[in-house]
Amino acid sequence: MIIPIDLIILVLIIISAIAAITVSDLLSSAIILGAYSFFLCLLWTVMGAVDVAFTEATVGAGVSTVFCVAAIFHTTRRTKD
Amino acid sequence: MEQILSFIAAKANYWAYVILLMVGLYAMIVKNNLVKKIVGMVIFQTAVILFYVSIGYKTGGTIPIIIYGDGHNSIIEPAAKAVDYINPLPHVLMLTAIVVGVATLGVALALAIKVYQEYGTLEEDEINKKIRA
Repeated sequence: MIIPIDLIILVLIIISAIAAITVSDLLSSAIILGAYSFFLCLLWTVMGAVDVAFTEATVGAGVSTVFCVAAIFHTTRRTKD
Repeated sequence: MEQILSFIAAKANYWAYVILLMVGLYAMIVKNNLVKKIVGMVIFQTAVILFYVSIGYKTGGTIPIIIYGDGHNSIIEPAAKAVDYINPLPHVLMLTAIVVGVATLGVALALAIKVYQEYGTLEEDEINKKIRA
């Protein structure tokens, strides 16, 4: 049985989305959100949306991770949930 | 069982879209930390983008660039049948949505930093307690 690659990427996307909202460290949450954006970028490439993949890799995974890390360094990385 | 699996796999993008939408909505409503709420908002936005890109997808279609459109191989006529290409209109709309999403994320994080400077915490219940006191 051959599993299509987009199904594997979809499972990885759902796992990383759930992990990003359940970890109890905000810095880990930001980094997992960057990994989530990179998996989405892979999915856009598989689905033929190459321009969306470019934008997701630079803006979604790059700039938003930098924003999150900068905001967490200005506040706190501890949280209860 | 086999039928159920193939039914789920045929519309896997839309199932994943619904799951991601619910994960983002859950994080925005239930989570107590402001940054966790913002992370939920980002997941919600990307789920909507996944829905729109899935609309334009065609099985067996190629990326929306005309084959031999540069006239390099002039023996073969440029294939301009729309059936052969993935629909590029949702892609262009979602390109704008990604950039707007990052701008929204920047404004939300800036507001979270101001809230932290004012109240010294990012937890919503502690902020409510300090507002009432």
